[in-house]
Order: sequence, then structure tokens, then C-alpha cells
Amino acid sequence: MPVTAMREDRGFIEINAQECKGCGLCVEACVQKVLHLSPHLNHYGYHPAEYDGRGCNGCGVCFYACPEPGAIRVFKAVA
Amino acid sequence: MPEMKQTHGKAQCFYDTYERKGELTHQTHYCPGCGHGISMKLLAEAIDELGIRDRVILVSPVGCSVFLYYYFDVGNVQVAHGRAPAVATGLKRARPDSIVISYQGDGDLAAIGSSEILHAANRGELITCLFANNAIYGMTGGQMAPTTLLGRKTTTTPFGRDKIKDGYPLHVSEVLSSLEAPVFVERVALGSTKQILAAKRAIRKAVETQVKGLGFSLVEILSPCPTIWKQDPVEAQKFVRETMAEVYPVSNKCDRTATAEPHPAPAPAPDLDELPRILKLPAAAPAGTAPRALREDLDCRIKIAGFGGQGVLLLGQLLAEAGMDDGLEVSWLPSYGPEMRSGTSNCHVRLASKPVDSPLVTKSSVLIALNEPSLDKFLEEVEPGGLVLYNGDEIPEDARRQDVTMRALPFFEIADEVGTAKAGNIVVLGALLEALPLLPAEIVDRAMARVVKGEKWLEIDRKAMERGRQAMNAVVSAVVSAVVSAVVSKEAHCHA
Ligand SMILES: Cc1ncc(C[n+]2csc(CCOP(=O)(O)OP(=O)(O)O)c2C)c(N)n1
Ligand code: SF4
Ligand code: SF4
Ligand code: SF4
Repeated sequence: MPVTAMREDRGFIEINAQECKGCGLCVEACVQKVLHLSPHLNHYGYHPAEYDGRGCNGCGVCFYACPEPGAIRVFKAVA
Repeated sequence: MPEMKQTHGKAQCFYDTYERKGELTHQTHYCPGCGHGISMKLLAEAIDELGIRDRVILVSPVGCSVFLYYYFDVGNVQVAHGRAPAVATGLKRARPDSIVISYQGDGDLAAIGSSEILHAANRGELITCLFANNAIYGMTGGQMAPTTLLGRKTTTTPFGRDKIKDGYPLHVSEVLSSLEAPVFVERVALGSTKQILAAKRAIRKAVETQVKGLGFSLVEILSPCPTIWKQDPVEAQKFVRETMAEVYPVSNKCDRTATAEPHPAPAPAPDLDELPRILKLPAAAPAGTAPRALREDLDCRIKIAGFGGQGVLLLGQLLAEAGMDDGLEVSWLPSYGPEMRSGTSNCHVRLASKPVDSPLVTKSSVLIALNEPSLDKFLEEVEPGGLVLYNGDEIPEDARRQDVTMRALPFFEIADEVGTAKAGNIVVLGALLEALPLLPAEIVDRAMARVVKGEKWLEIDRKAMERGRQAMNAVVSAVVSAVVSAVVSKEAHCHA
């Protein structure tokens, strides 16, 4: 389903906070450095990753860094 | 405002939620930062991209990746430690249209399962193996694996892996690619984004190699195990990239995909019905004619013992062969052991209506003792109510039991009368079957005709058999009812 995001960005991501284990590999891998670990704990006691909210280019690198099947969804601008 | 579309997300061949314990239905069981999760995702993408989900059978190992079946909505089999390539071989041969993918850790594949992977690769099985090398036993808490780096401390190498004492890190991909059969072998790593994307391509190519029917493929994946390595996930990833990859060069080891011809799966095993023809066996015998009680609940455990040359083993073999012809479940276990050196010999035979659990007879319902030492040795293990046949004129006084039926007959002397003492074992057979109608005479005769070589011998044996029956008949006519209870399964007793 097409979604609309902030003006300048070429992409954005969604993180499922309950699936995330706070390993930080996505934070490390993100080229744009737009991810961080939340100071809050999720239901399982991990600090889940969070998107800063801007600056993502939709490259998908964080998705491949992440060991969880569905913790990250990446969206990218069409054309 | 540009329009956005999802480009990456959970692969379709994963379940939406996982049937794990309690509430943990939307997380994997791996530790944070574990490489198994990433490998699993790469495999899932390959399956989705190739559109083969309905054909995939995934073989999970023993190790931290044991639970693949919780996650992958494909055919799943979980197998004993190290055996994945052997089971995968069977699955692929039985179902040539399926895509069989095994997944193993380095303890599983390179230690206990080293022979399975070596031979599957050497046979060029049409399977795809993913080999997650984290250089340690993860699941069991960090013992040395064959792949552990030199100097690494593990619970079993507390001073570090020592090449003199513990050998060198095993380079599985290099070993396998030295074989002639494998079509695609590559080592990849999960140490950086670049490495992960290369791993994705290699895994897809390995699976494709099977889809195209080209032959054996394997991808070794250098994989972080932050928990056991006692590193945080980012450090562990760096260790893969900088230290492991130094010892285990990340590169393609063998790629014959361009030249390999699709080769047909090995011919399937012949139909069971075909076996008698192939093995030149006579057609199936008619159903047995033993008394009903014996046929339905039979569990006859026979021990035959004597000295070498008395035909102990052949006697057992005849019973088992005839039992098989009669549609019974049978086993025949000749005992070879140090005792053979002193010239004694024994065998264990089971004839039963239900599948035989063990060929070993430790409590016998029938003991055939062809000499005194054998009687002394095995009399004690005969079950109360059982039958003992002893080769002699009478049972020695110090070897008598009141709770079993004991009969003495000079079997070998009787055999002498038909021409040769060598047929003594067949006299025993005749006597036994007269005392206990375990098997129909015509079926025993047919088995004998097959097992005994030479017309002349067969003729002698037929006479010996008849004499055995007569001799037993003269001694006792109603042994049967006395011992039937000993050869009927215990279960049947309970039901009765
Ligand atoms: C026959 C048998 N022997 C030993 C074990 C104990 N065991 C369970 S997992 C394992 C090692 C697993 O190590 P590896 O294959 O490297 O997988 P990892 O857990 O690191 O992913 C062992 C020895 C077992 N389950 N079965
Ligand atoms: S898609 Fe790329 S830019 Fe966006 S968060 Fe992931 S890694 Fe960073
Ligand atoms: S890589 Fe995945 S599990 Fe790890 S912090 Fe990022 S979203 Fe969470
Ligand atoms: S112990 Fe190691 S291999 Fe096992 S789940 Fe944890 S990180 Fe993964």
C-alpha cells in the first residue's frame, strides 16, 4: 500500500518494537545514521531500535543487518 | 511529497506468528545479534524469489538453529545431530521434485556429522546445504568445534585451542570443493552489509543449482555468535569480518554451474513386490497354519547353543527364513564373540507376530542346548513355562528345572542313522516343530530347499527332519499345551 512520508526523504522505515531485540546492528549499519536505540524498554526488556523520523533514503541496508524476520520494513520513493 | 512503497519486509515463506511457547510468538528464539537469524532471512528471500516455497523441504539440525520449522512455512524435518545431509539425501531421492535444503551449524556438520556431509557431497547429491560456521558449539554453551580458531578459549580449551593437542581449524569448504562432484561451493560471511549482500547472492545461487538439477551445492556462512563469544553484536560482527575471515577466506571455492549438465536423479529403489524376483526368491508362501493362539500373539525367543560344527547357526537361520516365509516378524542373531574361540557357538532367533524390538534374546522361551556346557550356561535364562531341548540321553541331574519342560534326545545319534551326524541340527528342527508347531511343515521344507545347497543334502535333511519329528513324538505328545504360554507375548497375557 503506498504511503506518504516527509517531504525531502526518499524513504522511511518502520520498526516493530515487539519483534526487535535491540541488538543495534541496524543502527551500526545505517549509512545515513538515522537510527538509534530507544531509551525505553519493550515488552521483552530490550531497548528497541527507532527511526529518527527523517533522513532515510530507503536503501534497505538495515533490513539485511537485522536478524529478525519482520522487525524492519523499508519503504522507498517510487521512481 | 514522493509516493512510498514497501521494498523490504518479512519474507512470505515465514509464518506470520510462530508456534513457540507462551507469548513468544512473534520473535525468533535466537539471541540478539545472532547470525542464524540473518542466514534464515537470506534463505527465505531466495525461496520467495525462486517461487519454490511449495516444493521446499527444510532439514533442521541439532544446535541453536534446531527450530527452523517454527519459522518457515515449508515442508520441515528436524533430524538427529549431524545427520541432515543423510536425511536430505533420502528426502530428495524419495521426492525428486522437491527442493531439499539442509541447514547445519559447525558442531553439527563438521564434528559429529563430518562423514555425512563428506559423502553427500562426494555422491553429488542434488541437495543444498547451508553451513552456519560460528566456530563454536553455541547451543551447549561454548565447547570447541573443529572450526574454532587457534588460541580461542572455549569451555573445552580453557587455555586456548592448541594445534598440537586440538588440531587445526577445519576448512570445510576447501575440503568439499576438492571433490569432483560438488557443483557450487562458496564461503560467505555476515560481517558487514557488503558481505551479507554477497551471502544473499550465494545462497540464492546454491538453491538455484538444485532447482536446475545441476548437483550438490553448499554455502558456508561465517556467522556471529555474540552470546558465546562474549561480545556485543556489533563487536561480534567485526570479529567475523576481521578475524574469522582472515582464517577462513571468503570466496567462491568451486562453481561448475556453467558447465554442469542437469543430471537425472538416481533411479528409485525397486518396488517391494519386485524384490523376490530380483533376489530370485520363491513366490510368497501361503499364510501360516500354526494354531491361532500362536499366530496372533506369537513372541517366541529361541536360543540355540552348542559347539562349532553342530550347525547351530544354520538351524537358527532355517527357523528365521521359514518364519519370514510364513509372514512372521523374525530376527536371527548369530553370536560372534571371544567365546567363539573356545569352539562354542550360539544364535538368537525371534519369531513374532509383532515387529521385533531387539534381535537379542536374553530371556528365552525355547533353549536348544546341544552340549552340556551350553545347558549349564543358558538354562537359567529360560522363562518359567519354557521349553528346553537337550542333546543327550537324559538331562544331567544338576541341570534340572521343575518350572520348564525339558526333553533330552540324542539328536546326533539319530542323525547318524539317516546317514550322517552332520544332519543332527535338522533332527533338532524336526523335534522342535513337533513339540511346538510354530511353523507349517511345507513352509519349513520350502525354506530348507532354498537354504540347503545340493540335492543330496536336501534329501538327507528331509529324512533327518522326519526322524526328529518321530523321535519327539515318541517322547512326548503334549508338550505343546505345556509350553504355548511361554511363546505367547506378555501383552497378550494381559489382554486375555
Ligand atoms: C547425539 C548428540 N550428541 C550431542 C548432543 C548435544 N548437542 C546439542 S547442540 C550441540 C552442538 C551444536 O553446535 P553447532 O552445530 O555449532 O550449532 P550452534 O548451536 O553453534 O548453532 C551438541 C553437541 C546432541 N543433541 N545429540
Ligand atoms: S533504509 Fe537505509 S537509510 Fe533508511 S534507515 Fe535503513 S539503513 Fe538507514
Ligand atoms: S537489527 Fe533488528 S533486532 Fe537489532 S536493533 Fe535493529 S531492528 Fe532491532
Ligand atoms: S548461542 Fe550463539 S548461535 Fe546460539 S542463538 Fe545465541 S548467538 Fe545464536
